Formats: sequence, C-alpha cells, structure tokens
Amino acid sequence: MSSLSDLELSRRGLLAAGAASAVVAVGPEAAAQESDTMTPGLPPMPVSFEVNGKVRQLSLDTRTTLLDALREHLHLTGTKKGCDHGQCGACTVLVDGVRINSCLSLAVMHEGDRITTIEGLGTPDRLHPMQAAFVKHDGYQCGYCTPGQICSAVAVLDEIKRGVPSHVSARLTDRPRVTNAEMRERMSGNICRCGAYSNIAEAMAEVAGGKA
Amino acid sequence: MKAFTYERAASAQDAAAKASSLQGARFIAGGTNLLDLMKLEIETPTHLIDVNGLGFDKIEKTQDGGLRIGAFVRNTALAADMRVRKGYGVLSRALLAGASGQLRNKATTSGNLLQRTRCPYFYDTNQPCNKRRPGSGCAAIGGYSRQLAIVGASEACVATHPSDMAVAMRVLDAQVETVNAAGQTRAIPIAEFHRLPGDTPHIDTVLAPGELITAVTLPKPIGGVHLYEKVRDRASYAFALVSVAAVIQKDGSGRVAIGGVAHKPWRVEAAEAAMPQGAKAVAAQLLAGATPTEDNAFKVPLVERTLAAAMHEARAA
Amino acid sequence: MRFDTPAGTNPIDRLKVVGKPLDRIDGPLKTTGTAPYAYEHHPEPANAAYGYVVGSAVAKGRIRSMDLSQAKAAPGVIAIVTAENAGKLGKGSFNTVKLLGGPEVDHYHQAIAVVVAETFEQARAAANLVRVDYARAKGRFDLDEELKTAPLTGGSSDEGSSAPGVDRVGKFEAAFASAPVKFDATYTTPDQSHAMMEPHASIAAWDGGSLSVWTSNQMIDWGRGDLAKTLNIRKDKIRFMSPYVGGGFGGKLFLRSDALMAALAARAAHRPVKVALQRPLIANNTTHRPATRQRIRIGATADGTITAIAHESGSGDQPEGGPETAVNQTKLLYAGANRMTSMRLAVLDLPEGNAMRAPGEAPGMMALEIAMDEMAEKLGMDPIAFRVRNDTQVDPEKPERRFSERNLIGCLEQGRQRFGWSKRNPRPAQVRDGRWLVGMGMAAAFRNHINMPSGARVRLGRDGIVTVETDMTDIGTGSYTIIAQTAAEMMGLPIERVVVKLGDSSFPVSAGSGGQFGAPNSTGGVYAACVKLREAVAQRLGYDPANAVFEDGRVRAGNRSAALAEAAKDGELSAEDRIEFGDLGKKYQQSTFGAHFAEVGVDSYTGVVRVRRMLAVCAAGRILNPKSARSQVIGAMTMGVGGALMEELAVDKRFGFFVNHDLAGYEVPVHADIPHQEVIFLDETDATASPMKAKGIGELGLCGVGAAVANAVYNATGVRVRDYPLTLEKHLDRLPPIA
Repeated sequence: MSSLSDLELSRRGLLAAGAASAVVAVGPEAAAQESDTMTPGLPPMPVSFEVNGKVRQLSLDTRTTLLDALREHLHLTGTKKGCDHGQCGACTVLVDGVRINSCLSLAVMHEGDRITTIEGLGTPDRLHPMQAAFVKHDGYQCGYCTPGQICSAVAVLDEIKRGVPSHVSARLTDRPRVTNAEMRERMSGNICRCGAYSNIAEAMAEVAGGKA
Repeated sequence: MKAFTYERAASAQDAAAKASSLQGARFIAGGTNLLDLMKLEIETPTHLIDVNGLGFDKIEKTQDGGLRIGAFVRNTALAADMRVRKGYGVLSRALLAGASGQLRNKATTSGNLLQRTRCPYFYDTNQPCNKRRPGSGCAAIGGYSRQLAIVGASEACVATHPSDMAVAMRVLDAQVETVNAAGQTRAIPIAEFHRLPGDTPHIDTVLAPGELITAVTLPKPIGGVHLYEKVRDRASYAFALVSVAAVIQKDGSGRVAIGGVAHKPWRVEAAEAAMPQGAKAVAAQLLAGATPTEDNAFKVPLVERTLAAAMHEARAA
Repeated sequence: MRFDTPAGTNPIDRLKVVGKPLDRIDGPLKTTGTAPYAYEHHPEPANAAYGYVVGSAVAKGRIRSMDLSQAKAAPGVIAIVTAENAGKLGKGSFNTVKLLGGPEVDHYHQAIAVVVAETFEQARAAANLVRVDYARAKGRFDLDEELKTAPLTGGSSDEGSSAPGVDRVGKFEAAFASAPVKFDATYTTPDQSHAMMEPHASIAAWDGGSLSVWTSNQMIDWGRGDLAKTLNIRKDKIRFMSPYVGGGFGGKLFLRSDALMAALAARAAHRPVKVALQRPLIANNTTHRPATRQRIRIGATADGTITAIAHESGSGDQPEGGPETAVNQTKLLYAGANRMTSMRLAVLDLPEGNAMRAPGEAPGMMALEIAMDEMAEKLGMDPIAFRVRNDTQVDPEKPERRFSERNLIGCLEQGRQRFGWSKRNPRPAQVRDGRWLVGMGMAAAFRNHINMPSGARVRLGRDGIVTVETDMTDIGTGSYTIIAQTAAEMMGLPIERVVVKLGDSSFPVSAGSGGQFGAPNSTGGVYAACVKLREAVAQRLGYDPANAVFEDGRVRAGNRSAALAEAAKDGELSAEDRIEFGDLGKKYQQSTFGAHFAEVGVDSYTGVVRVRRMLAVCAAGRILNPKSARSQVIGAMTMGVGGALMEELAVDKRFGFFVNHDLAGYEVPVHADIPHQEVIFLDETDATASPMKAKGIGELGLCGVGAAVANAVYNATGVRVRDYPLTLEKHLDRLPPIA
C-alpha cells in the first residue's frame, strides 16, 4: 500500500513536500485496492455474431473488446487500435449498419449482431466505391486510420441520407445535405494525424455524387 | 481491467436487486465511459449487468405533453428524434456538440448523465485524486487546471462534469426516473441529480447503490429559441471549456445553464431574472463567488461572452 | 554510385512515370485493411504471448523495491521482465535515455517492467498488480527556471538542422543599436507530441540466438543497430522489419521501449511476444518536440533592408541530450550583414526531447515568421514585399556558397496572386463576417535538404517483373509508389510491372524516413541500382550498355531490340548499388522553399480561432509524384494548424510529467478544423541534389504554417499573440468589446 506520508495534504489539495525525498509507492491504480485479493481466472464466455456475412462463434474472456475479438481472435486486423479509449476512431466498425468504436464495446455484448469491418466492404481486387475513391483522391497516407475513416465515411453518407442532424446543420428541422461542412463535422471522430482530411472530404463528395 | 462476470439482465427490478446485493456489480449499457475507465482500473467492477435488453429504448409522449426518454435511448437517436428537434432543440444541439458520431451511436441517455469527469489527474492513476481514491488528495489543485471548475468546487476536488447533454437537460428541468431493488420508483429533478464535490467528490450523483435509471422525462416544450454554444479549442470531438445551454424568449427572458465550469451543470435560476439586462448581469450572478485558478481564470469572462453570443444568436434567429 | 557532379540528362528526365500523379500502389492494401502493421503479423510468428509495459509512476528517483508476487501469480502470467532480471543492457547510440528504467528512474512513464501473459487482457490486468516502492528525487521540470543558468550549446537535429552554441557574422550588437528601425520580441513554443495513429508496437521472436522483430520504425538500420547494442548481441543476429508504419513524424526514428521490451519479454517467455504501448503511456514514455523560448531581434533601414538579425533559442532536454535547433533557418533565410544566433540548453528531467517533423525549423519558423510579420508592420511594408526585399541567393554567412536552387520569391508571388492577397486589409481588425473577425496571414517556408547514402537491390525476373528491395520505409510518405515509379522509369516499364519490397533489414540499407530526406535519397539509391541492372541487361543481351534505351518494356540498341524479359529468360538478373554523395551539399546550400497563406476567422465573442482557407506554394526540386507529394504538404499544413491553435503537452512542474497524455487531452486537429487546402508546386529541378533532381517536401509543408495562421489571427483581431498555441485565453481580454 502506498505511503503518501511524505506528501503533504494541504487544505487546498496536495503539495509535493520539499520534493527532495518524497516517497510514493503506487503501481498503476492498483494501490487504490486496499485489500487486493487475487482475481481468480474466470471461465471464458461463449458469444456468437456475424462478421462480414459469416457467423463466428467464440469463447472469450469477458474483458475482450469487440476490437480485440476481431483483431486477436479472428485475425481481422483491418480494424485498427489507435488509442483503445474512444479518442481516435481507428477502430470504427459497423454494427447492424451503425458505426461504433469497437474498442469501447465488449465482444460478449454483441450476441447475434451483424458486424461489418473494412474487410467486409471490399477487397484489393474488388474495392468498395468508398475505398476506390480514397485511393483516387489519396485520402490516406500512413494508412493506419484509413479503415476506420472508410467505415465512418460509408456510415456518414448513410446518416445524412437518413436525415440525422449534426452540430453544423443550420436548422435542426431541415433535412441535412451532403456539404463539405457536414461531412467534416460528422467525420471528426476519426483522427488522421497524417492530415488527409481535405482529400477524404473530396473522396466522400465523389461517392455522394456531389462536390466537396 | 479486472476480471468480471457478465450477465444480461432479465428485468429492471432484478437488475437493481442484483446490483445492490452483489458487491462490485455495475450496470452496463453503452459502456463507452465505463469500459474506458475499466481499462485504466479507475472503475473495477467484478460483475457487469447488461441492461440493454430491458426495453428502455423508446421516446414517448407523456400525459402532460412532455417526453419520456428511455434510459437506453442512444444519443444519436435522441438528437435525431423529430419531437426533440422541434420542441427541445437545445437538447439536440447539446447532444450533437458532444463526443463523436460513433460514440453517440452507442452512448445512452442515462450513461451520458453518469459520465465521470475528464480531469486529467482523475485519469492518471499514479496521481492522488479524491474522486478516484477518497482521501488521497487532489493533484489538480495547484496543477494543470485549465479545464477545471471555477464554481462550486471544494478543497477536495475541482473536477468538472463533462456532459453536454446534461447541461441541456438542466435548462429543460428534466427529471430522472429510477427503480431500486425493492421495485420502488422515484423521479429526481435534474437539479438535484448531480452533486457538488464537497468532502465526498467520489460520489457524483444522488443515486443509491443499485438504483437504476429507467428514463428521463422532459416537461412540455416551453418554446423560445434553443441554443447550445460550446467553446473548445478544436472544432469538434472535444470537451467544452465552457458551454451555454439557453432557451431565450422573444422578450429576452429565458433560461440558461452552463457547462464546463462546475462539478455539475451550472444553473442559477435567480440569475435568469437579469436576462433582459444582458450577459454581464446574468454572468455576474451565475458566477458569484467563483474561485478560478490562474489556468482557468479566462472562463469567467468567457462565460459572459459566450452567454452574450447566445443572446446575440437568439436575437438574430 | 558516387554523386559528386550535378546530374546531366538521364532516363528519369523522360518523365513517363516519374512526375505523374499516380495513385499509390499500396492504396488497395491500405484501404482494405490488408496492409500488415507491426502488431498484425501472423501466423508468423505463431503463438505470440502478450506483453504489457509498466511505466514509472514518478518522474525522477529510484526504485527501492518491486513486489511482483501478485502479478506473477495472476492468471495467465508467463514472465515479468524488469531491470533486475533483464541482464546487462547497453544503450542505443540514438537514445538519450535508457529505455528500461530501474533502479534509477529518469522520467515519468519510463518503462520499468513488461508483464507477459497468454492474453492481452491477462497481461494488462497483471501489469496493474506490480507494486513499486519509489524514492522520489528532486527533478528539474521548469524550463524557464532552468534556462536562467543554462549554458550555450550547439547541436544538430540529425535531420538537417544544426547550429553552434553561438554563431556570429559581422557585428550584430552595433548594427542593431544603430539600425533606424528595430524590433525585439520573445516567442514561446510548447512541448508537442507526435501522436501518430499507430502506437509504438513490436512483435519479437527468438530462434536460438537470432531475433526477428516486426516493428514500427522509420529507420530500419538505426533501430536494428541500437537494439543489438542494447541487447549486447551482434547486429547481424537481428532481423528488423517494418513493411508498414502507421505514422511516425520522428517519433519512430529510434529504437523505443516497445521493441526492446518485446525482445526481452520474448527471451524470458521462450516464445514470441507482442507489445504495443498503451496510448496513455506514449506521450511520456517516448520522445517529444521540446518547448522553446526564442528571442528575435531585427534591425533594418527605413526601406526594409535588414542590417542586423539575431535569433536566440533556449530549450531543455535530459542530461546528454541536445537542443531544439530552432535558430538554424535564421542563418540562411534572409540577407543581412550582421548576424547572430545562439542556443541554450537546460537540463530537464522531463521525458526525452527529440526530433519531431522538421526539428529545428518547425518551431524556429513559428517564431521567426511572426517576427518578420511584426517587423514588416513596423516598417509599414507589405509582409511579402519585406521578405522579397531581403531575399538572398547565397548563404548569408558564406557568400561564396550559392543556393543550388532558391525560388522563394516565386513562391511568394504565386501565393500572393493565387490567395487573393490584394484583398487583405493591412490594417488589422477591420474585416467582419457576422460574428467572426476575419484575417489573412502568410509566412515563408524553409527547410534544408539532406544528402543521405541509400542502397537498393533490383531484380529482373523471368516474368519480366522488376522487384525493388530496400530497407526504406513508407510512413505514409508514398515511398512504395515513388520507388516503383523510379524503377519503372529507369527500366522502361509501366508501373504495374514493378514490385516494391520495403522495410526489412535483409534488404540493402537505405536513407530511411526522416528529415524529409527519404524521397530524394531512397529513389536515388534505386536509380543507382537500376543503372547497374541496365548494364547487366544490356550485357546479357549483348548490347552496348552506353547506347541501350529502355522503353515500353523493350531494350533497344541501334537496330536491335528485345523485350526486357528476354534478358532474364535464362535466369533472374539482380543488381545492387547505393548512392553516395560527394561534396555538392557543401559547395551549394541545398534547401527547399515555400510560402504559406492562411485565412482565419476569430469568434468575436469567444476568441475561438477557425481556419477558413489555406494555400501552400512550394519550390522543392522535382516533384516525383504530385499526388502523394501534395498529400505530404496538406498533412504538414494540418499539423501546422494543430501547432498554431491547440497542440501543447501541459507540464506539471511539481511532479514532472506531461499531464494531457492521451488523445482526448492532447488535441490534434480533426476533420472539422481543416478546410479545403490548396497546394502549388513550382516547376523546379535541382541537379545538385541527386540524379532524381528532387528534394524533400514533407517537412517544408509544416515550416511556417503556424506563423501564417498566427499572422492571420493578428490581422483579424489586432492582438499579437507570441505564445503558441494561440488558444482563446491568450487574446480574449484584448478582443474588441462585445455588443
């Protein structure tokens, strides 16, 4: 257990006492568990869902995220782990047609779901129109965020079509249109550090049949 | 992430009973915040009760002309509901200003209310944090506090509540409906739902252990111009430095709640009497007694200016 | 091939494949998720276990004891490696700080253990059971405080940017004192994080004494060498592979803890182990761009001729580290008879500072190009005209050295026209669009070119397919494609007939990816190897190599002609060579130039800044592929917007760490921040740079963007902010009053 004795707790919070010889003893948060008993290994749990049209049955540690089930158990590594905390969008997949961050979802919570990953959209020989547009407009660089961008882009055009409003929709009650501003706002959950944004917007505009 | 067992709840009352009797049990619905925190072992449930199958995923009219929003209605569905867009625009706007499309597709109404703070010291398990580990101290005080609270904070905690939706709910006088293990239901006014940190910042809300949110109800629409002004460094996918949820009537009267400044959505009803006098007068009352740090002193003028922006937009609408 | 005289006409000049805006050849793999990144190699190696890195909870101090008992007993745990049981380790030549901490801890989140388990979930849970007792020591975390006593220190970024501790030409102080117009201001830039999307990740597998590492690294040979040095084994015992790199920006130039910990873990576990650094660990565990404090003084005559210019920069780093070379460009960019630059380096106990995209110039230009804007205003000059006035075609410190190519003026003039600069109101705070204050700004762009030796092997198969092998990496830069274009051009083939294999230490050593030196040098190496292959082909066909023309899949010499594949019908032909450089880089100053333009809106109520339009004009030698080169530039412009408006690692000066250490806390631009971006390449070839006549572009695109945005913000608001990033609180109290 951590000894914070040399850290002074002041009335206004915490000061590093003298700093010269302060002692902290913390592991990653573990220190918070005062009576940390060993967590016994728990039996795996069965789950069955459809991935890219194929039914997959898995027996998983309950802690396994949908992302890790795809990547580490089904070896569908097209779905990427960028942050594992819902902060980047690289893990975006479609579940029953709706895009989500697969890193923030437990695999066992997807019983019976229909999951589409980047591998289910198209293959190198038979690219999905969005994949082809990304190639044409160079909507990627290092390629790591790309599968998530493409899954998101496909879903975004569908969301606009279904009339889901966005932060930049001028009037909430109007049907949203495929504009550059709408696409950029809706794609903002997919970070591209290489900065291919301007090209991605053009790729999406082409697929949408409009102009970015 | 600590190991846990998992089950799908059969009924709300069952779920509540399990949650209150089983130590370490937690509900999970969208999971977008809970799993994030479990990975860091900030949350360490030993049993998860999946409540998604309970059917609280509908938005219905109430008898008095309001709306009853099921606890597990997803943020996207809520924001896109035409009744919400027409009658409660501030709520749609707040939801759409939050998180990302992917997160809104998963995150639920109740989960959004129960989001935990984004204070970076809360998130770093090496650091003392009274919210994460009661009695350990607060590293944020005297630390990097740009995003943190300027009102309602305590000597134990300066965290802010990160939700946009909750700020809109506050301005709309929502009520949070719950059920407990005994099957008793209650409706908690949103004003009372979130707590100020005081000496017990680890307790975010007034929910009792095992108490399950079943719905959030909104009174009938109040008209007016609905606005949600969110200020952040980047244009999207970022938490608010300051946000203003406002419903402003033609005569300049109205309601306003502020996000990003306190441990809960911040509304001072008495201050709203000053609405026709302008932002300065309202902000002065809203933020009376504010105790900003050097890092976040800017939030004081920013609240006033953001409020002024909302009033300007309302006039232009 | 030794490149020591400027290139004459060569097969690349045909530009049938090179110079064309072709789609990337790796596009179909990347867009379908089938390109394998570091953590994704299977089934080879098979049966990999999972490693999870434990980072130090204190910034400076000593580990008194570690209690591993609970972690060892946790389900699935196979092994735990710490400094105590790792064996004697060396330190890589490119690492300032050791990668495995203990018992001494050098910085926050320094790796102190790796826990190996059967599954990722088990490894992560067990890692949280490691108990550590630290004796915390006093650390130096406050740059401003430490700079007060910091010594003058010269240094090099190893990426084309360098300067001595003090450098003087003429008599700066006297000239500045007597200058009719003087300007003196101090600027700050914060610590920044690379924040590439693919976390640092590696899989390591031992086979006896040999080690295979699939990793994510920009510089295969550096990484391999430093891993060997750290493990105290022979370099040739290691195979180091990075066929795809999910972004680096300098953060993956060097061996990092993921690769070392995977190797140590695999040795301890007796089976392959995969390790990815968890995102919240990356900012403090790895390197970052160091913060700077920069003072710039400019003296000029009333007509805008610079007579004195000084640029002093201070930064900090770990002991034995180096300075951020932010003054480098000021030695070269503008004329002026009296000059002074200097750098101070403070010792800090924050994580290791090191190269991030355009080290030196990126933060240096953020300051210098605001200063130029401020000085132009003081002189009552248009900022473009002021820069044109002070252009120089020679190295201002050594006037006998000419720039090999320098078309800064062309970039400025093109930009002026294309951006509609004439519509800019030179008086700030005059233009409104609803609640937005609107402004335009510009900055020059400058980044050095670097010659780096680079090797390649080229094989002509019986099927007529040309295969290029080089340890060059593609970190999103387009290496696969421009290398294929180079080989196709040289061998007279369509690009479809070329296969490119990259990122493997079993291939010839290349320049690698960094310092915008990758494209010109790696293609130069491929050019050299192709010259050799052409000779082999001609010889095999019995043609005179000097007269053989490679075109349309055929080889012609005089009246004779044969299909290229014909030469390999009796067996594959293979050729290997590397390009090496003479002293053209000394004789000429080789640099790249550009101009950045930005239009911003500043919310008159909240002070929030949003970029509305951006343009870059670049003169950077031959553009090998305008499509991928343009992407490099727009990507750099995007990073520049981040640096201008939001990116800052916040330092907790009490506890010595970067507080906002994840992608929610450290904000980088998202789609909504970035408008449509325009890029113009000026037609240029630089025959002194390489046979390709190309230079780099990927970092030029960043150098100056921050200042262009900052200058636009000033033009919008009339409030000058000299501290990056330009977040709203830095001008909120000085904005025009609200209604």
